[in-house]
Amino acid sequence: MFGLLKKSVDQAPARPWAERLRAGLARTRGVLGTDLSALFKRRNVDEALFGELETALITADCGVEASAQLIAALRARARSERPADGAELKRMLKEELIALLAPLERALEPAHARPLVIMFAGVNGSGKTTSIGKLAKFFRSQGRSVLLAAGDTFRAAAREQLVAWGERNGVTVIAQASGDPGAVVYDAINAARARSIDVVLADTAGRLPTQLHLMEEIKKVKRVIAKLDPEAPHEVILVLDANIGQNALNQVKAFDAALGLTGLVLTKLDGTAKGGVVVAIAAQARSSLAQARSTSKRPLSLLFVGVGEGIDDLRPFSARDFVDALVE
Amino acid sequence: MQEALREVRVALLEADCALPVVKDFIAAVKEKALGEEVIGSLSPGQALVGVVHRELTRVMGEANAVLDLAVQPPAVILMAGLQGSGKTTTTGKLARWLIEQKKKPLLVSCDVYRPAAIEQLKSVAAQAGADFLPSDSSEKPLDIARRALEHARLRYYDVLLVDTAGRLAIDVAMMDEIRALHAALNPVETLFVVDAMQGQDAVNTARAFNQALALTGVVLTKLDGDARGGAALSVRQVTGKPIKFIGTGEKLNGLEPFYPERMAARMLGMGDIVSLVEEARKGVDQEKALELATKIRKGKGFDLEDFKQQVQQMRKMGGLSAMVDKLPAQLTQNINPAQLVDDKQIRRLEGIINSMTPAERARPELLKATRKRRVAAGAGVSVQEVNRLLGQFEQMQKMMKMMKGGNLAKMMRGMKGMMPR
Ligand SMILES: Nc1nc2c(ncn2[C@@H]2O[C@H](COP(=O)(O)OP(=O)(O)OP(=O)(O)O)[C@@H](O)[C@H]2O)c(=O)[nH]1
Ligand SMILES: Nc1nc2c(ncn2[C@@H]2O[C@H](COP(=O)(O)OP(=O)(O)OP(=O)(O)O)[C@@H](O)[C@H]2O)c(=O)[nH]1
Ligand SMILES: [Mg+2]
Ligand SMILES: [Mg+2]
Repeated sequence: MFGLLKKSVDQAPARPWAERLRAGLARTRGVLGTDLSALFKRRNVDEALFGELETALITADCGVEASAQLIAALRARARSERPADGAELKRMLKEELIALLAPLERALEPAHARPLVIMFAGVNGSGKTTSIGKLAKFFRSQGRSVLLAAGDTFRAAAREQLVAWGERNGVTVIAQASGDPGAVVYDAINAARARSIDVVLADTAGRLPTQLHLMEEIKKVKRVIAKLDPEAPHEVILVLDANIGQNALNQVKAFDAALGLTGLVLTKLDGTAKGGVVVAIAAQARSSLAQARSTSKRPLSLLFVGVGEGIDDLRPFSARDFVDALVE
Repeated sequence: MQEALREVRVALLEADCALPVVKDFIAAVKEKALGEEVIGSLSPGQALVGVVHRELTRVMGEANAVLDLAVQPPAVILMAGLQGSGKTTTTGKLARWLIEQKKKPLLVSCDVYRPAAIEQLKSVAAQAGADFLPSDSSEKPLDIARRALEHARLRYYDVLLVDTAGRLAIDVAMMDEIRALHAALNPVETLFVVDAMQGQDAVNTARAFNQALALTGVVLTKLDGDARGGAALSVRQVTGKPIKFIGTGEKLNGLEPFYPERMAARMLGMGDIVSLVEEARKGVDQEKALELATKIRKGKGFDLEDFKQQVQQMRKMGGLSAMVDKLPAQLTQNINPAQLVDDKQIRRLEGIINSMTPAERARPELLKATRKRRVAAGAGVSVQEVNRLLGQFEQMQKMMKMMKGGNLAKMMRGMKGMMPR
């Protein structure tokens, strides 16, 4: 039934996502009437230019603080390296951004455990369930078997939605009539063991970090998983919506405190929102790492970006492509 | 003043108000503040804070705008917005709200794209106790809309609520589709559903949707979170359309009127406690509360029967955890949610009190060991639980003494005392 979807982006030819992003951003410019690259051409390096750059960063959701830091770093470089024109200054800003974001790159490692258990978390409507559907395809195309756990026992038709993604991928979905997300995930992992499944993707209900009892609930889901396998969940992924502004920083902080995040997925980058808040996230991670240099905690990684509603609209994160799309 | 204005600018940007909107706002404030400085004897700083809050409130629009349903029925309400903003949930909330207003709404989904979207609306309609017109993902959205309009007309529905798929403002085909839906349905209300967490891009999407659809109002969702909600200002400035409702929870009772001064305070970084008190007032059965207040004023004791009623009222408000959700996070971080009295516990409390005799309820001091054992057995709980209830009752009794006639703000503070730390 779901194969008949009219807006089946599934059939759309897969373009490289940087190109897709650029195409998206080009359309943005039509709306905004501003062209970032026009900022740089034939321009002298002056105060006004730095101001415009800062504006561009802020309007991309990079945040006041991170934007100010980047511009300060850029000024320092400009003083010592003396860029000839705006285009060269732009290249420097890109380098700064890439240096900041490159540590976030990480390829999802091939299964070192079986089943590899990946748990998803995030605020309401960020794209968890859809990202799971896309990731199921990603793993299947690597020849790995996948099982989905319908851990959202709260929202209306959340289960049916995941089941539809299971059908699209031809993978099993473990769901229960019960209202206990921990029990569902427990069942799913046991089922995966019995069937020698490679990867378990566990969906959870959307929740806001202010809903303290729901934060307790999701902690419990993680504890239940760890009871079955002390190494699991092997990945705890926070799904962020690129449309979200500075609150994404709070989300990372709160979900990390509750669950110990290992990675992020940034969705909806096919729209006009640029997802610059990951720049703010990276800047904050860098400064807190610098403060506690001895910490063994690895930096948070951005594993994938979502570029549409279709099953193939998922790309591994590349700092260079992201920055190219952000500062074109 | 320059320094203070910079701070306001940063505060608004951190609240995710869009930069161009912030610039305009600051310019307007500067002008007003300068004028005020001349008139009043206030210090520049004082004048500025006042002006900022007042200006922000003013640009946020009228308080508590209502839906315009004064047309030949069915009045059509069309929902529009980005993916995941909360359209389907808000459709259910509006249905519930309309039923409370003694209207008869019909719900239909034109979302043939998102897996299980129609199923979701169906389930939400059932929760609201509203009628739902089935549609199928093999149908064309426009056909569904026409069919629904016809059906609503024939069956004398007051309101037709039309849910649509989430779409990006730059998705030309999808924007054409909703434009066609709008033309066919001729809605009295076209509501733009916006996530309160949205960032700078809110100006672009709002502008595009407003141009395509001639919006009549905005619903700002997920305000139960800790987002400062600057998108409200962006959307308001760009569209000029009133914010009619705010979403404050996933459940269908999480829909509240919009108050500009509260939103202004929130954007500037203050908690939304006023809202909470409102909510408490709504959940509490006014008559019973009044009765109780009179009783206390007359010096009669607060007994277990009264306690039971209090507990029941608390359940109506969605339990303590729902109330705690509304408080600013800074206030609630010391509360252990695992220990909050939840819905199930409230029912248990009721069960325990129900197992007591009227005499025991009126004079709890009668409850000694044997009686406690009997009550525990009757309610199917342990004696310990009965003791815990009596402890909570005592706290409540103390609180009631402080209350002197039902001051809700005091009562709220007292309720926090009921939670074990
Ligand atoms: N354009 C676009 N839409 C997306 C993307 N990812 C998800 N969506 C859409 O966003 C909406 C919400 O996605 P879901 O996967 O249901 O989000 P969720 O986090 O599971 O939501 P809850 O379970 O309700 O908290 C759906 O309409 C998806 O189709 C993306 O990368 N691009
Ligand atoms: N906390 C909170 N969650 C909300 C609120 N409104 C909606 N949600 C949640 O946000 C998520 C998305 O809501 P939906 O109603 O499915 O959003 P939608 O706009 O219909 O999504 P699409 O149809 O995919 O575009 C769900 O998890 C809802 O439960 C709100 O006011 N507060
Ligand atoms: Mg979901
Ligand atoms: Mg929907």
